[in-house]
Amino acid sequence: MVGTDRLFGPLDPAADAGYPDAPPRMGFFTDTSVCIGCKACEVACKEWNGVPEDGLNLLGMSFDNTGALTANSWRHVAFIEQQAPTAVQAPGEDGVRWLMSSDVCKHCTHAACLDVCPTGALFRTEFGTVVVQADVCNGCGNCIPACPYGVIDQREGDGRAWKCTLCYDRIGDGLMPACATACPTESIQYGPLDELRERAERRVEHLHEVGAAEARLYGHDPHDGVGGDGAFFLLLDEPEVYGLPPDPVVTTRDLPAMWRRAGLAAAGMAAATVVAFLGGRP
Amino acid sequence: MSGPGRGGGRERGEQLAVPEVEFQSYYGRPIVRAPVWGHGIPAYFFTGGLAAGCSLLAAGADLTGRPTMRRAGRLACLGALGVSAGLLVSDLGRPDRFYNMLRVAKPTSPMSIGSWILTTFGPLAGLAAISEFADRLPRRGVLGLARRVLPPAGRAAGLAAAGVAPALATYTAVLIADTAAPSWHEAYPELPFVFAGSALASASGVGLLAAPPGETTPARRLALAGAAIELAASRSIETRLGLLSEPYRQGSAGRLLRTGRNLTLVGALGALLGGRSRLISAVSGAALLAAAAATRFGIYAGGVASMKDPRYTVLPQRERLDQGRPAPADDT
Repeated sequence: MVGTDRLFGPLDPAADAGYPDAPPRMGFFTDTSVCIGCKACEVACKEWNGVPEDGLNLLGMSFDNTGALTANSWRHVAFIEQQAPTAVQAPGEDGVRWLMSSDVCKHCTHAACLDVCPTGALFRTEFGTVVVQADVCNGCGNCIPACPYGVIDQREGDGRAWKCTLCYDRIGDGLMPACATACPTESIQYGPLDELRERAERRVEHLHEVGAAEARLYGHDPHDGVGGDGAFFLLLDEPEVYGLPPDPVVTTRDLPAMWRRAGLAAAGMAAATVVAFLGGRP
Repeated sequence: MSGPGRGGGRERGEQLAVPEVEFQSYYGRPIVRAPVWGHGIPAYFFTGGLAAGCSLLAAGADLTGRPTMRRAGRLACLGALGVSAGLLVSDLGRPDRFYNMLRVAKPTSPMSIGSWILTTFGPLAGLAAISEFADRLPRRGVLGLARRVLPPAGRAAGLAAAGVAPALATYTAVLIADTAAPSWHEAYPELPFVFAGSALASASGVGLLAAPPGETTPARRLALAGAAIELAASRSIETRLGLLSEPYRQGSAGRLLRTGRNLTLVGALGALLGGRSRLISAVSGAALLAAAAATRFGIYAGGVASMKDPRYTVLPQRERLDQGRPAPADDT
């Protein structure tokens, strides 16, 4: 049985998965303070990865017609319109503040999708990322409700589960993922996770210095409920405003306790049967 | 400052036990994704539990000399198992790849464990059921040998299957609890007991339907025990979890669970007072079976509802943060 220490808390996922000389863990730092909502990341991702269209929908919510991360959208640019005091506004009225953020699979240190996958289709790469093997996935769908961020999804008509691979086929050849390559403002930054975390700390300090007190990092902390995200963010409001869970916990943290409860119930079932058949035979 | 989704998400004006709390979301959209499973999965929770319970019933009947109940248990077990296999394979996105379930064995994947439980249980339960037909074989030749070997082999297989059965009935509870569905995950202490109790009650329903009154005493006791376990555990899920109990009391989940509870009470009462009446036994047996199905569908619907409304994801997590005890400090 797997020890609880490996289901929760900080660790190096590639080493934990058994890679002896793993390269540095790679990831994304998405700095939403410079996102301009151009959706080049969404397009570049679809182009490189051959992701089918997600329907040409008008959702009637801001400029976001993608809606969410799905099997057919591996980057999703959220648009949030807020009434807020701004530099330019009519007297006595709030102006409008725009928040834009390109969401993506978080490539968790403790990835629930990977933990629950019964076929081994989901696996941990040497870069510490989480990837679905399309030739193994049998579309059981267990990963979908397991993800604390609602990222992974089943593709209609195909049946298998799909999500961001952090461009596994590019980074192995030393290239940047397609979305980071296309991003015109370097809102999406790709690199070794350690470096990205340092860079993000400096960026948030700078933003605080220039008066953006609301700037905060999300998913950067290895001590959080998923052991830290491989793709983390700089946000300008609470995570839930962007459709992100405020304090996600990998569900498998409690799996040993769940198996213990199931064992207790199973023992109770057997005991009840024995008593029913033997107790005070009429 | 007001976000686009402040307070968002709620459409129906139902009476709530828990007062409305304001929360923020992205246009009221869900944060976690509800399963893409069809009705086949909750239906399997019922048939899988039924197969497990019937296997225990048949083993008990076998060891205590109740041949009619043994036969009914073994055959119902195999029938429920066959339906289960069909439901599970047809729900896959790629049914032709069902065998990939046996590519690995992963303790962190309840579905992987369940696949191995089913793979162990299936042939044993199948052999036990086939052995019921040994007396139809000719007395001579190879088939005559089978005629003599099958009954003891069937008994051994049936007992071994009964050894696996409790795991079959309860792993499905871990399967749904081990998700980001708030109302399933937080109910993990109770869910295996709901499923175990409901499996016993439904199997005793088969016993009450099939066995002559002289053989049904253990099935009646099992019905009462199963009903008591199921009702107590469901009650706890519906009240202990605060906000996360709410999805189990509302909408279709609430209706299904109330139906399940009422049918369980009817079935248990019939089992207690039915005595030697064949009719009352049959009615209470049918009620127990229907109750188990309604309960499984109700539990399923409650968890799905908790995923579709972001309040159930945001509010408990926000509360943790606001109380200054984020995830790691909350360790069990």
